[in-house]
Amino acid sequence: MTLGETEAPLTVTEDGGYLPGTHPDLPPPSSVHGPIHWARVNLFGSIADTALTLLAVYFLYSAITFLVGWMFVDAAFTGESRKDCRAVADGACWAFIGNRFSLFIYGFYPEPERWRVDLTFVLLILAIAPILFDRMPQRGKALIYSCLYPFIAAWLLVGGFGLEEVSTDQFGGLMLNIVIGVTGIAFSLPIGIVLALGRQSDLPIVRILCVSFIEIIRGVPLITLLFVAAVMLSYFVPPGTNFDLLVRMLIMVTLFASGYMAEVIRGGLQAIPNGQYEAADAMGLKYWQSMRLIVLPQALKISIPGIVNTFIALYKDTTLVIVIGRLDILGIGNSSLADTKWQGLSTEVYVFVALFFFVNCFCMSRYSLWLEKKLHTGH
Amino acid sequence: MADTESLAETTAQIESSKGEDDIIQIVAMHKWFGEFHVLKDINLSIKVQERIVVCGPSGSGKSTLIRCINRLEEHQKGQIIVNGIELTNDLKNIDLIRREVGIVFQHFNLFPHLTVLENLTLGPIWVRNTPKKEAEELAMKYLERVKIPEQALKFPGQLSGGQQQRVAIARSLCMNPKIMLFDEPTSALDPEMIKEVLDVMVELADTGMTMIVVSHEMGFAKTVADRVIFMDAGEIIEQNEPHEFFDNPRHDRTKMFLSQILHH
Ligand SMILES: Nc1ncnc2c1ncn2[C@@H]1O[C@H](COP(=O)(O)OP(=O)(O)O)[C@@H](O)[C@H]1O
Ligand SMILES: [Mg+2]
Repeated sequence: MTLGETEAPLTVTEDGGYLPGTHPDLPPPSSVHGPIHWARVNLFGSIADTALTLLAVYFLYSAITFLVGWMFVDAAFTGESRKDCRAVADGACWAFIGNRFSLFIYGFYPEPERWRVDLTFVLLILAIAPILFDRMPQRGKALIYSCLYPFIAAWLLVGGFGLEEVSTDQFGGLMLNIVIGVTGIAFSLPIGIVLALGRQSDLPIVRILCVSFIEIIRGVPLITLLFVAAVMLSYFVPPGTNFDLLVRMLIMVTLFASGYMAEVIRGGLQAIPNGQYEAADAMGLKYWQSMRLIVLPQALKISIPGIVNTFIALYKDTTLVIVIGRLDILGIGNSSLADTKWQGLSTEVYVFVALFFFVNCFCMSRYSLWLEKKLHTGH
Repeated sequence: MADTESLAETTAQIESSKGEDDIIQIVAMHKWFGEFHVLKDINLSIKVQERIVVCGPSGSGKSTLIRCINRLEEHQKGQIIVNGIELTNDLKNIDLIRREVGIVFQHFNLFPHLTVLENLTLGPIWVRNTPKKEAEELAMKYLERVKIPEQALKFPGQLSGGQQQRVAIARSLCMNPKIMLFDEPTSALDPEMIKEVLDVMVELADTGMTMIVVSHEMGFAKTVADRVIFMDAGEIIEQNEPHEFFDNPRHDRTKMFLSQILHH
C-alpha cells in the first residue's frame, strides 16, 4: 500500500480505512484498465472471441503481405510497355502510370501552357489555407484573395487578356476533377445556406420556390442533370451564343450539391433552440445579423459531418462527366487501357485512381473531425 | 377581511396614479394563441423606477405577458405603449422599443459559440455601433457588477448555472436598457445558486432600474417589489404592495396559490 504510506497517519483508522472527509483520490486498480485488460475483454473474452481474433489476424497478415508484395516488392517502375514490366517483375506495372502521368494530370491541356495549371493549383492551396485555418496571420486580407481566386483561376486556365486562349474541351484528367469539385464545393455551400434559410422563410413565395427547387434537384439523378446540361440547355440560350459546356456542367453539379446541402443545413437550423432566436431578437439584431452572428455559426457547426459528406459525394461524382464525353482522371485511365502496348493493366489504373480519390476524401474527412473538435465549446 | 370595498379602493388608487411618468402602459390588451385566449383584458401601468413582481400558477400567461412588452409575442387587441412608443406592426417602433427593454430568460439563452465577453459585446457592437474596444470596456464593467470578470474569456458551457444567468443579466445591461424584464430567472437554477443571482438583481433594483420580474421568490418580492401582481388563467386577479399581498390576500385564488407555494 504505497499510497497509504504517503498519507498522514492521523487520517487512517485502525482497520485501514479513512476518517470521514479525508479519503484521497486513488487510481483505479490495474485489473479494470490498461491495454492488457482491454485485450482480455475485447479480443480474448471467450473461446469464440479468441478464434475470431486469430482468424482476423491471419487474414490481415495475408492481405497486407500480398498488397505490399504486389504494389512495392514485385512492382516494376520503369519500362516502355507491358512486356518491359513483366520482364523484370510480375507485380504491379507502375511504369504504365508513370508513362501516362502528365495525361492523368493535365488531360489534353496544351503542353507549353501547362505551367498555368500548376500555378492555378499552387494559388488554390494559398486560397484555401485562410478558409481552413482561422489562426492564420493576416487572415482578413488573405480571405479577400480567396474571394478573388475563382476569377484568377478562370483567367489562368481559360486564358484571354494576354494569355493564349485554351478551349475548355481540352481540360481533362485530374485538373478537370479539381476544377469541377472545387467550384461545386465553393458555391454549393452558400447556395445551400440561402436555400435552407429560404425554406424557413415567413414569405410563402420564397418558401415555395426553395422547397420546389430542393425537391426537384433531389428527385433527379445527377447523370440526368448532366445530360440536360449537355443537350437541353442549348435550347434555352439564344442561337449563336456559345454557352460553354464545361460551365453548364459546373452549374449543374453545383446546383445538385446545393439541394443536398440545403437539407443538411436545415437539419442544423432545426437543432437551434428557439431561445437563441429570441435572445437575438430581444437584443435588437436584424434578421441577417442574427443569422450570420448567432444562428448559422451554430447550425453549420452541427452540420459539419453532413456538409463534408456532401462535399465528398460531390467530389467523387465529378467522374460522372464521362457520360457527356469529358475525360477526367478516371476517363483518361479508361481510355489509356485501349493502348495495345499496355493492354491488361486495368488493375493498376483503377488502383491508382481509387488511391487518388481516397487520399483526397480522407483528408477532407480528417479535416472535418479536427474542425469539429476545435469548435467544441463545452456545451 | 376580504371586503370588496378596499379592493376597489386599491384598484382606484392604481388607476389614478396613471400619468405622465408611466413608462409602460398596457390598455385592454388581449392575446390569443390560435383559438386559445391566453391573455384577457390586461390593464397595467408601470411607473419609471417601479419594481413589479408577477406571480401565478404555471400556464397562467406570465411569460406571455412580459414577452408582449418587447414584442417577442404579438398581441391582437388593445394597446401596449412603452417609453411613449406604441407597439404596432411597424418594425421601426419594435426596434426602438427593443433598444430600451432588456430581457433575462429562464434558460439564460446565452450564445454558446461565443465567449462570455463576445456575448456581452455583440449587442453594443452590432446594434449600437459601439467601437469594439469601448464595447469591451463596457462589458468588463458590467461583468464586474455581476461579480464574474474573471470568466470573461470562457465559454458559457464552462460556467455554472448561476454564473450563466449573471452573464445573461450583464449582457442585457450592456445595451443600456431603461426597463428590464425577468422571466423566472432563478427557477432553472440549483438551490445554492439562486442567492447569487437574486443578489445581483437586488443591487440592480437599488440603482433605480424599472423592473418586471416573473418569480415565485417571496423573499425577493418582499425586499424589492413595489407591487406584486397575481395572474391566473390569463387575467390579472389581484395586485398590491408586497406585505399586504402576502399577508392579506383578498381573492380566493390568490389565497389558494399562496398556500400552495408556501406548503410545498
Ligand atoms: N407559442 C405558443 N403557442 C401556443 N400556446 C402557447 C405558446 N406559448 C405559450 N402557450 C400557452 O399559453 C399559456 C400561457 O403560457 P405562459 O405565458 O408561458 O405561462 P406561464 O409563464 O405563466 O407559465 C400556456 O397554457 C401555454 O401552453
Ligand atoms: Mg413562464
